[in-house]
Amino acid sequence: MRPDTKSLALHLGLLALLVIVQFVVSPFHHGNLSRIMVLAVFAMGYNVLFGYVGLLSLGHALFFSAGMYGMGLAMQHLGVSALAAIAVGILSALVLSAVVGAVALRTTGVAFMIVTLMLAQAGYLAILYFGTYTRGDEGFVIQPVFRTIAGLDLTDPTVRYFAAFLVLAVCLLLTLRLVHSSFGRVLVAIRENEERARMLGYDVFRHKLIAVIISGTLSGTAGAVYGLLFGYVGATFATVQYSILPLLWVLLGGAGTVIGPFIGTLFMFYLIDFSSGLTSAYMVVAGVVLVLLTLFAPQGLAGEVKRRLLPWLP
Amino acid sequence: MASVNLLSTKGLSRSFGGIRAVENVDFELPAGQIRALIGPNGAGKSTFVGLLCGRIAASSGSVRFMDRDISHLPAHQRIALGMAYTFQITSVFARLSLYENVALAARRRIGADRANVDREVASALERVGLTERTDQPAEDLSYGHQRLLEIAMGIAQHPKLLILDEPTQGLADSEIRQFNALVRELNAEATILLIEHNMDVVMEIADAITVLNFGEVLAEGQPEEIRQNKAVQAAYLGTG
Repeated sequence: MRPDTKSLALHLGLLALLVIVQFVVSPFHHGNLSRIMVLAVFAMGYNVLFGYVGLLSLGHALFFSAGMYGMGLAMQHLGVSALAAIAVGILSALVLSAVVGAVALRTTGVAFMIVTLMLAQAGYLAILYFGTYTRGDEGFVIQPVFRTIAGLDLTDPTVRYFAAFLVLAVCLLLTLRLVHSSFGRVLVAIRENEERARMLGYDVFRHKLIAVIISGTLSGTAGAVYGLLFGYVGATFATVQYSILPLLWVLLGGAGTVIGPFIGTLFMFYLIDFSSGLTSAYMVVAGVVLVLLTLFAPQGLAGEVKRRLLPWLP
Repeated sequence: MASVNLLSTKGLSRSFGGIRAVENVDFELPAGQIRALIGPNGAGKSTFVGLLCGRIAASSGSVRFMDRDISHLPAHQRIALGMAYTFQITSVFARLSLYENVALAARRRIGADRANVDREVASALERVGLTERTDQPAEDLSYGHQRLLEIAMGIAQHPKLLILDEPTQGLADSEIRQFNALVRELNAEATILLIEHNMDVVMEIADAITVLNFGEVLAEGQPEEIRQNKAVQAAYLGTG
């Protein structure tokens, strides 16, 4: 099998597994998996920029919450349907990421981290400032009656699972397509040696900007879907914590692999779930595991598999 | 009137702080030539070619390429017009395979069509003799072989002007002979501007030589004239 075929088979296999697994797991894990699948889309979006272009953003909560609030505010105040609200959310993240990219990409390295962090913080403060509409810290609940698409009730666990699955599947296959495309190859070239890529005649700024937009839009898609499926829109999702989380998920799972963000999200979710069952200081346990992983599998779980066993993993 | 010069500069200058690295250089490169650019260390050779391809912004002066003023174009657009640049300090994509290194160079021009790209990559790697290493990561190559990979990346771009910055550095004698033959072969399609320290290479393959010293053109002419030139000998060859 050619590497492309193998990787397609692997990723389709993962998706098939996710379809099957929902018939056998307990309701608790079933609900978790729905969340994990949507959050994995957030991680995949983050990975496009971090894993493939090598740009470390500390502001992706901005895009996630732009999607979430774009969706939520449109439903709450404009009374649009759930599907249209999702579209508004995605569009908000797209526009915002284009603006943020145009500004932040004038910097590199640590300055890029700080600029994205500051812009995201500004977004968070804007949500609090416009509390009349956003209900600030408290957030707002999207009433179950509105959470339907084409007659399907998104509050039903099975429907919700498949909705999350559908979004994950589409984004996973799109990302796979992206990294195999010549555009994706140039992103990797920029990550590996930006000056060389420029001196091969590639417009580095344009490529980076498009990558920020793809990354931000995927993150916003996750935010919009998360808000709709779980019925809550709140300012917590715009805090710096939600900028750090996708970084951790991607680092754990394997930056620069398509499957890594999902694995990292799954792993971290259950790591916290497991350790909070042991002690109330669960972050200590989680922290130790993270340190060990960083020491012994610095390229993340999928990254290690790629290095040792499957060099063709995209 | 169309000029026969592929590339020319007028009053091209660049200073770093108070140091004038390149000072008021008028330079003309006729199409089809192999031109060597020589001069002592720090003469401004690399800065000068950096100004040509846009890696370094000029303080003043202009650059024309293919009858077009390119002074204000960013580097990537100049490259896209038909320049290729190989780095003095080897700058390949270390963790990517040789195939991918050359494919990146080829795709910008010919697009993503797989069969086309495969053919370009195979042909470029064959010309520098690295075919059997196609799937290895570039970092596994010896320094000399990485230099050759750089040249293959240049070839795959099918440039009108190929700028080689110290290409024979780190090559063994036998590899240098191959290199000389390769440059002559490439010259059928491309004009070549070569920064080179190895005077044997320069004397053997250059049609003309430009000597830079303290950022200025000290002399220009046929290899034999340059060899005889007293000022050049004094400044550079050290035999004056």
